[in-house]
Amino acid sequence: MKGSPRGANSAPSQRPLADTTAPDEGDGVNTSPSISDSIAKTTCYMCACRCGIDVHIKDGKVRYINGNKDHPVNRGVICGKGSSGIMQHYSPARLKKPLLRTGPRGSGEFREIEWEEALSIATDRLSGIRRTEPKKLAFFTGRDQSQSLTGWWANQFGTPNFAAHGGFCSVNMAAGGLYSIGGSFWEFGEPDWENTRYFMLFGVAEDHDSNPIKIGLGKLKARGAKVVSVNPCRTGYNAIADDWIGIRPGTDGLFVFALIHELLKAGRVDLDYLLRYTNAHLLVLQEPGAADDGLFVRDADGNPLAWDRVLKTSVDAANPEAKPALTGSFEIDGRGCTPVFQLIADRYLDASYAPDAVAERCGISADTIRRIAAELAHVAFEQTIELPVPWTDWAGRRHETIKGRPVSMHAMRGISAHSNGFHTCRAIHLLQVLLGTVDVPGGFRFKPPYPRSAPPGPKPAGKSVKPMTPLGGMPLGFVCGPDDLLVDEAGTALRIDKAYSWDAPLAAHGLMHTVIRNAWAADPYPIDTLMMYMSNMAWNSSMNTVETIAMLTDRDEAGNYKIPFIIYSDAYYSETVPFADLVLPDTTYLERHDCISLLDRPISHADGPGDAIRHPVVKPDRDVRPFQSVLIELGARLGLPGFANEDGSAKYADYADYIVNHERTPGIGPLAGWRGKDGASIGKGEPNPDQLQRYIDNGGFWHHDFAPDQRYYKMANRSYLDLAVQMGFIPKAEPIVFQLYSEPLQRFRLAARGHGSVVPPNSERQRIETYMDPLPFWYVPFEEAAVDLEKYPLHALTQRPMHMYHSWGSQNAWLRQITSQNRLFVHHRTGARLGLADDDWVWIESINGRVKGQIKLVDGVNESTVWTWNAIGKRRGSWGLKDDAAESNRGFLLNHIIGDQTKADTHGRRYSNSDPVTGQAAWFDLRVRIVKCAAEEAGFTEPQFERFHEPPQHQPAPEILRFGAEFGSNREAAE
Amino acid sequence: MTCLPAHTNKKLGLVIDLDTCVGCQACVTACKEWNTGGHMAPLTDIDPYGGHVDGVWFNRVHSYEHITEMGGRTVNFPRSCLHCETPACVTVCPTGASYKRASDGIVLIDEDKCIGCKLCSWACPYGAREFDTDVGVMKKCTLCVDRIYNDNLAEEDRVPACVAACPTSARHFGDLGDPLSAVSQLVAERGGVDLMPELGYRPTNKYLPPRAHTQRAASVPATALEPVRAEGGFLGWVDRMLSN
Amino acid sequence: MHPAFSVVFFTTATGAGYGLLALLGLLGGFQVIPPDFWLGLIGLGLALGLIAAGLLSSTGHLGRPERAWRAFSQWRSSWLSREGVSSVITFIPAGLFGIGWVLFGRMDGWIAVTGFLAAVGAVITVCTTGMIYASLKPIAQWHSRYTLPGYLIFSAMTGSVLLNALLQGFALGSKLLVAAAVLVTGLGWGWKLATWRHNDHLEMPATANSATGLAGGTVRTLEWPHTEENYLLKEMGFRIARKHRVRLRQITQLLAFGLPVLLLIAAFALPWPFAAVLSALAAVAQFAGMLVERWLFFAVAKHTVMLYYGR
Repeated sequence: MKGSPRGANSAPSQRPLADTTAPDEGDGVNTSPSISDSIAKTTCYMCACRCGIDVHIKDGKVRYINGNKDHPVNRGVICGKGSSGIMQHYSPARLKKPLLRTGPRGSGEFREIEWEEALSIATDRLSGIRRTEPKKLAFFTGRDQSQSLTGWWANQFGTPNFAAHGGFCSVNMAAGGLYSIGGSFWEFGEPDWENTRYFMLFGVAEDHDSNPIKIGLGKLKARGAKVVSVNPCRTGYNAIADDWIGIRPGTDGLFVFALIHELLKAGRVDLDYLLRYTNAHLLVLQEPGAADDGLFVRDADGNPLAWDRVLKTSVDAANPEAKPALTGSFEIDGRGCTPVFQLIADRYLDASYAPDAVAERCGISADTIRRIAAELAHVAFEQTIELPVPWTDWAGRRHETIKGRPVSMHAMRGISAHSNGFHTCRAIHLLQVLLGTVDVPGGFRFKPPYPRSAPPGPKPAGKSVKPMTPLGGMPLGFVCGPDDLLVDEAGTALRIDKAYSWDAPLAAHGLMHTVIRNAWAADPYPIDTLMMYMSNMAWNSSMNTVETIAMLTDRDEAGNYKIPFIIYSDAYYSETVPFADLVLPDTTYLERHDCISLLDRPISHADGPGDAIRHPVVKPDRDVRPFQSVLIELGARLGLPGFANEDGSAKYADYADYIVNHERTPGIGPLAGWRGKDGASIGKGEPNPDQLQRYIDNGGFWHHDFAPDQRYYKMANRSYLDLAVQMGFIPKAEPIVFQLYSEPLQRFRLAARGHGSVVPPNSERQRIETYMDPLPFWYVPFEEAAVDLEKYPLHALTQRPMHMYHSWGSQNAWLRQITSQNRLFVHHRTGARLGLADDDWVWIESINGRVKGQIKLVDGVNESTVWTWNAIGKRRGSWGLKDDAAESNRGFLLNHIIGDQTKADTHGRRYSNSDPVTGQAAWFDLRVRIVKCAAEEAGFTEPQFERFHEPPQHQPAPEILRFGAEFGSNREAAE
Repeated sequence: MTCLPAHTNKKLGLVIDLDTCVGCQACVTACKEWNTGGHMAPLTDIDPYGGHVDGVWFNRVHSYEHITEMGGRTVNFPRSCLHCETPACVTVCPTGASYKRASDGIVLIDEDKCIGCKLCSWACPYGAREFDTDVGVMKKCTLCVDRIYNDNLAEEDRVPACVAACPTSARHFGDLGDPLSAVSQLVAERGGVDLMPELGYRPTNKYLPPRAHTQRAASVPATALEPVRAEGGFLGWVDRMLSN
Repeated sequence: MHPAFSVVFFTTATGAGYGLLALLGLLGGFQVIPPDFWLGLIGLGLALGLIAAGLLSSTGHLGRPERAWRAFSQWRSSWLSREGVSSVITFIPAGLFGIGWVLFGRMDGWIAVTGFLAAVGAVITVCTTGMIYASLKPIAQWHSRYTLPGYLIFSAMTGSVLLNALLQGFALGSKLLVAAAVLVTGLGWGWKLATWRHNDHLEMPATANSATGLAGGTVRTLEWPHTEENYLLKEMGFRIARKHRVRLRQITQLLAFGLPVLLLIAAFALPWPFAAVLSALAAVAQFAGMLVERWLFFAVAKHTVMLYYGR
């Protein structure tokens, strides 16, 4: 092996042979065929992971795609999806030309139109809206990776009604983390794979982020670190865990509180860490009834106070010289107060959080809970590690080593998609912080630009919406109290999705899953145009699919559609395309420019920031355009400030031009690498006309490595904080204090008690009071609390199979062969109880409806839980599949029976089926029963929907696929 | 020539770690993608978008539940050609299309000689051979013979596509005939096993069985935490800790 | 295993054909039967016709039949190749024997030698056919001491019943031959019953544990690597319901053994031409029965690869 091994799979047992000269076998095998005429390095888009890929082009066709060994995300590996990119790129479901609806909505009857006509139709419609009532445009995107552009476009247009897929996906993880520690799980942080010795993952299937977690797990396995998985389903990552804890869905919070209870009781918490990096010592006012009850006690300058146990007086909590008390009750100016930590101890030491008290509800034995707590404590406190790297903290204190407690955690969807997910996510962060394991060696680490202040910067714009006027800020942001909500005086939501209203005050990602219902019901107001991008809202990206489809096609008395106009952009003929009035066909990921931006969802590593681009590596063979360029052109045609010059001409030729030349604030643009005229700056700098070429030359990405002393304790590391300011990540080099007690939440509680200028309507007060608890707590998920558990005794979950996660896999000739029918997995004891055998067909019934599928009995699932692979079921006529495809005959979609609203409360009020704090869709709350179907009902799924017409110029799917035959001929002629 | 070589200079093969495989299918599609344009191109897919889709693949990942008195475990199990030392799939071949290379032990098919009698697939206990009905010949894993010696690839890339792709590092490649090679040592260290050794095919590829959970548990001395025994309970302990 | 008709017919037809050829060669060589032109033409025509039809049918199983000639090359290792070589070589003495018998009307001298050689070739060929199956370790039902004798016995059985029908047709039958045919059919019946009994208690030569390397406990299939059936499942995952298996075994016993025995016993007792008609019926019934038997031979054979699929 020449040179040093690169990439993830470079162990001695994974390297080429010592001598790779072909042996003289004499069998005529061509051992050195030429692979490619050229190799283009770009970024994968088969999911949200954004790995670097090398695309091998031969004879103008994509021959092969492999992982880029230098790329910080995937270090040369590639997943099942990435390796199937060719089949995505050449999918028969690709749209070919702009389409205008001719038949009824939902029929799939279209005619092809030219781009000029398509853009004129869109421009006319949108300019009318912008001239009159900009909020009548609702612009919602899916799992796209250009939200910094799309959000900014909405801002320039002047509509507050913008969001992406996060509210459906995992906003609980984002908000739970950002309001607690100024960073989050998701892909914004990662365990310290090199140093951790004990890794707990909660509710993680193939999930954000895909390959880094797999690479990391491989490292842990190779090192013998322990992996503990908390998950009702024993698949994927959970299959290789050393300890699988098959928890009952929705009870993770209880489990975590029991761990915290045990740790507190045993004194196994890191007091020093709490004092230095958290608000544990901040004094909380204890004056029931007061307008500031429960807020931090502050001095005249507004600085929060702590109680100095030596001086016996209150001191600035941020004073590094202070000796703050963590316990006790104090009086300042005659008013009672107590440190946050005392409140924490009071709450979680309560017997109701003891392992024995929660074991049955969690489905985990009390002994197991105690054992895990003991293991956590042992690794955190007995196996501490020290990196021999001196560093200096924010207060100028020099530390000779970087100390770490090698316990790390990761959590995702299983926590997020419950109506108690926000608080459960906060509970996990609380556990990490109590153990002193956030951003320390061996712990959970932030990826830049995080951490940011908790919560981070800008508040959501949209309080005032005026014609022909930009919004004045980005539509999505972080509220700090009721004053920041987007509600009118009556408490009615200003946004169509009711984000940042009393329904979902901390809706940091919006509530995409409410848009169609609210627009249909004109609640809080009617809209004119729904513009969507890359989001399958008429199928697997909605809850309650059946009614959602009906709402999309419903008409008023005059015969007009209740949602008047729908513009949709997608690259493929998904189940949503037929519901659009105007279809703007997008390109595949190999035909476009993109930027994976620090302003949006970067590809940073904990050791340094990074971003990346996509660039066209093959030319489209159809009349399609990348949506981002179309959006930029629409912006110019509409004359949006930011997209059009004074003279009305377009500011940017296309997305590539925007990526290079757009500046969000002076010096800060979509890409951070090679800025400045000469390309010598990073982070901030003038636009560099050669920037994209520099990225291409570097393999499609930019990455900056932190100095060793900047890599840990980023929340309080002077060298890091200075750099973060320089790079534009944070405004000021101030320490980021972990908010164990969340004051913003308490402000909402105070409003619920009638304090302040913005207070909730009476009907909402109890709900706000209950759920805006400043300390994390646990409550029964809403559906579980609302339904008759005798009738609906089972939890029902979904997860995407690894080879299709975040991917549009059913149109992919290779991936769909692996899974084209989903089964309902049922514990064999549950099956036996219900008299069910393998392969039986059953009705899966919820309060919202029923769907039919086939079961498979298994051992590795929580006994009260059934689950299935998500989004395998497809609607006939979509995705280029033939009518007999298993996806539309035997596969089923669980979304059909997941309600999009809660059961009516005593006032008859129904909320979105969401977390009451963030608005996160609560699709894992689902309760079902399963009933064996009648013999004549077996063998096919229901409900069935009318078959879509194919788009014009549709070419039937081939009977035989011989992809690659043209690249073969790798043997000399036979004798 | 379907008589087996008396000796192969190398025994090239794979080592697959069942303790680490998460079943992500990366090796499966990376293999498909490489090989559909590679030595045995194409890996035809019949009815690719219909209800009877049936493609040729050289590597497939099964999943099992292994239930023992220690409890249950989900095991993901990649299955491909094991490049056996005594492969009956080779000796049964009537035409000489199947052969085992004397130089490196790779079992290959010369598809120009294959008559598609399918007998080799009957003779393989492991299901490593897949018939391409479109071309009428048998196809199988080549151990990426067109990668591992390929002068047109960077030297570091000359490993089988499945090994290069595997995100969890669960796949290894090397000369299992050399007891000093990294793969042989890995097999020795982890107790790698042959599949169906009772059939006597002497597979070259080895599987590393899942490790017993107890082998890797954090070494915790106590089964539960002892509550602080100081006066004033936990809060008293906090005060004393801070006073120190 | 998938019971492809081309292979079912191939082994049944060549088995009967080689059996008949061997008997004609032997009996002719020893001049037990007369060198009658029509007997020779029809008898050898039937034997070689069955062989040729079987071989032709077998090419229907090939993906690339135009390359079938390549199959003669690997006789040193491959029973299939040996079968091919042997079957073709057998045509040489069989052809010469036929020329001698039919054209020259003689069965003595060198023609007798060719008859004996054809018989030897036929037996060798049937052995090679049997060995193709008997040598396959992954299929316990085939990799068994019952397989090779079975092929030989059934070849002798179908050959002798055919020969009897043939000679009866020419009014050349003998009680001895009828008795012999009954006896060989009885032997075949017994062998088949013994084989079935053996197979019913047969276990796979490997287990799901050894197939996956997962020691101890049970290994249950969770998910296949693909949803729809692939080549392996279509070719080696053929399943037959127990009740169908029982029914088909009954049909086999009736058609291949029971009915022929009854008809032949009746033929033994009855005068010509009744004996001839019954003998012909016995041959036809047995051939049909043997097709069912051979279909079952494939259908019940379990391949170790199905351990991976839990089937």
